[in-house]
Amino acid sequence: MTSLLSVSNLRVGFGRKPEDNEIVHGVNFDLAAGETLAIVGESGSGKSVTALSINRLVDFGGGRIIDGSIRFRREDGSTLDLAAAGEQELTKIRGGEIGMIFQEPMTSLNPVLTIGEQIEESFRLHRGLTGRQAREAAKDALDRVRIPDAARRLKYCPHQLSGGMLQRVMIATALSCNPRLLIADEPTTALDVTVQAQIMALLAELKRETGMGMIFITHDIGLVAGIADKVMVMQNGEAVEQGPLDAVLDAPQHPYTKHLLSAVPHFEAGRATRTDYRRADEPSAAPALKVEGLTVRFPVTGGLLRRQTGAVHAVDGVDFDLMPGETLGIVGESGSGKSTTARAILGLVEPTRGTFSANTNGAARQSSKPVQMVFQNPYASLNPRLRVDSILAEPVIAAGGGLNGETQARMRMLLDRVGLPENALQRYPHEFSGGQRQRLCIARALMLNPSVVVLDEAVSALDVSVQAKVLELLVDLQREFGLAYLFVSHDMAVVERIAHRIAVVYAGQIVEIGDAASVLSDPKHAYTKRLISAVPSVDRRKETFEVDTRQVPSLVRPLGFEPEPANWQSFGSDHMARAEA
Amino acid sequence: MNYLARRLMTFPLVMLGVSILVFVSIRLVPGDAITAMLGTEAGLLTPDQRAALEAYFGIDQGWFTQYWRWLAGAVQGDLGVSVTFGKPVLDVILERFPLTLELALLSMVIALAIGLPAGIFAATRNEKPSDLAVRIFAMIGQSTPNFVFALLAIYVLSVGFGVLPAMGEFTPFLENPLRNLGQMILPALTLGFAFAAAVTRISRSAMLDILSDDYIRTARAKGVPARKVIWRHALPNALIPVVTLSGVEFGYLLGGAVIVEQIFALPGLGRMVLDAILQRDYALVQGSVLFIALNFMIVNLLVDLAYAVLDPRIRLGGK
Repeated sequence: MTSLLSVSNLRVGFGRKPEDNEIVHGVNFDLAAGETLAIVGESGSGKSVTALSINRLVDFGGGRIIDGSIRFRREDGSTLDLAAAGEQELTKIRGGEIGMIFQEPMTSLNPVLTIGEQIEESFRLHRGLTGRQAREAAKDALDRVRIPDAARRLKYCPHQLSGGMLQRVMIATALSCNPRLLIADEPTTALDVTVQAQIMALLAELKRETGMGMIFITHDIGLVAGIADKVMVMQNGEAVEQGPLDAVLDAPQHPYTKHLLSAVPHFEAGRATRTDYRRADEPSAAPALKVEGLTVRFPVTGGLLRRQTGAVHAVDGVDFDLMPGETLGIVGESGSGKSTTARAILGLVEPTRGTFSANTNGAARQSSKPVQMVFQNPYASLNPRLRVDSILAEPVIAAGGGLNGETQARMRMLLDRVGLPENALQRYPHEFSGGQRQRLCIARALMLNPSVVVLDEAVSALDVSVQAKVLELLVDLQREFGLAYLFVSHDMAVVERIAHRIAVVYAGQIVEIGDAASVLSDPKHAYTKRLISAVPSVDRRKETFEVDTRQVPSLVRPLGFEPEPANWQSFGSDHMARAEA
Repeated sequence: MNYLARRLMTFPLVMLGVSILVFVSIRLVPGDAITAMLGTEAGLLTPDQRAALEAYFGIDQGWFTQYWRWLAGAVQGDLGVSVTFGKPVLDVILERFPLTLELALLSMVIALAIGLPAGIFAATRNEKPSDLAVRIFAMIGQSTPNFVFALLAIYVLSVGFGVLPAMGEFTPFLENPLRNLGQMILPALTLGFAFAAAVTRISRSAMLDILSDDYIRTARAKGVPARKVIWRHALPNALIPVVTLSGVEFGYLLGGAVIVEQIFALPGLGRMVLDAILQRDYALVQGSVLFIALNFMIVNLLVDLAYAVLDPRIRLGGK
């Protein structure tokens, strides 16, 4: 069998002198028609550059192929070396024979053109279709990726569709001309886990239907198990290991592959939860945080005078409590209201209704601000013009304190605890890596000696191996200071490792709450089940997910609408789920 | 439509604010219309004569009464009588306005015709010698005062080549379009050149930004040829800042271009306003500032409507 694509000794560099700035150092691989190769690696490993070199999009980002060949078997049976092909030939191949989908569906479609115009364009370019024919073809393409009501959606602009829908539009565009090779560069990284499952299922199905070859790039080795035939692991621009899926996952040879498989959190359905704290052991303790009936609504206005016509029920009647030393993981998808809950507790959003009280006298604390927060993006949440000492002093000053000896001593103590050197105080944020910055954010949150720390996707922006270290740090700090954590995340594997209890949020409401092991191993609510089954896992090989096109319901309600009171069903001592209609 | 109605409702408020501001500020300048008009001879007026004149022009009352009278007239379209021209203010303005509008339009057409292609060209040749050449050209255009261009243009074209009448009695467009354009082309080029430089710079930087966006990469991955990437995918997105800048510049030009009007001896709004201020022609200053402010607001509104045409996120209400 001659291969569809054969890459040998590919070297790619950037800048004026690409030889001096080589990013990919001699990569070799082969791909047969109908086969899927997964390229796995962390950011900076050269996996995306390798992929972009195949259709030569790398040229537009300032990259040059220094050496090697990319032999592609064309539709007519001839073989073309893409590394040496001219721009005219490449324009025909891109989109026509090699399709590509990207990581960020929200920014990868042109905001000023309709979905229809963008899909039609492929048919016009490569199939020579025009007018009605092109429109019909575009509609069929949308049908193929299961977008309901395709004819009407063609007239939509990208901002009117959700991320999952847009990624399907991207796939429809990429597959419109039946390419023989599809390159998917982290196509699901920006999406929610249930949407990710939908997209993966769709890709697998389309691949079976069309028999195209696929290159799937990801940092998530768990995701690979479901779709790939072959795996190539990349580190620092080199392919450190490659082979058939089972061989790489079950008997990794290279230390880096082993590291990726062991150090990186994988979801284990409740078998990896923490056991260092149990509610039942301290029945008389007062909660560090108690939230009752928390409701946040944002007005929807319309008409000439901007009268309120309805409300977005972002958070609707959320109750929970949190003990000192305990972590409550809040999981849910984007738009479910989990971040709004966290923000409301900090007073960053005005709650419409509901009470919450933070217990300040638990462990002889004097803090006037018992709840502190760590945000998702450590690059954006530290003021780049302030030195670390000013950054750490800020919460103290904002709370009415001064920059005295005590504050200085606390800064040094906390820096030490989060594992940063003392001379960090005189430095600026840009001198630190992402993981170190997040450590700074954690230290800042602890400056006021809080009893509750809200962590909103606090490790989501970090590379996987850094994630594990920051999680360890959080556990250590929790034990040392008796902190209660409210850990908001979409990543089930991460939540499994840090949470004692889990609350599952769906459409602004908690649908299931309870002991982490119990919720993850034996979910009761239909949504929780769906969420958990969507999490990729190294153990589930070649699983065929069902293509599921359900959408999260709209949270916009008419004025005066009140949801029905929850009807809780109990399963065991600490596990409740909302009864379903 | 709602949006348009809400915007239009703010117009009278802004006009009211502008009129109060102008009314007060021009009266804070020492001197009065009668002295300005008669010069030293004003000293020969008897107090009775002076009082009669003041009463005739309505400047014998307190500021508040004066303003109230003026406002009451203004809402009915009567902006008062110009002291220097002896004609209703609105007539004076409307006499001058066509020229100013024509000059502004011509300059904008020239600016966009030169600036937009130059900016796009430079962006696609980022950091290459041709990009550098365009950037230097744009920098010169923006940093040189426009009278320098005016004098250069007059010299080179009229004196050097003996073409284009640079001076002479102004001919309105409708009377003799060819002769009119012949008179207008030099001033329009003068104003348009600096304008073009600004358009070049902004379209280059907007284009450069857009060309590194994700959806441009998507377009290329689809096999869209380079020219189409620029014109179909990048340009509509890059036009928004260009429209913003053009709107502001155009709005300024509608207020008249004093220096260029002076050099080319054109009876435009700019010179008229300057003269009115020097002559303490209160009614004319007030009326023309109000008129200029109204123009500016209309241009701004058009710019916002253009955004909606260009960007569906604005048109359809985005996230």
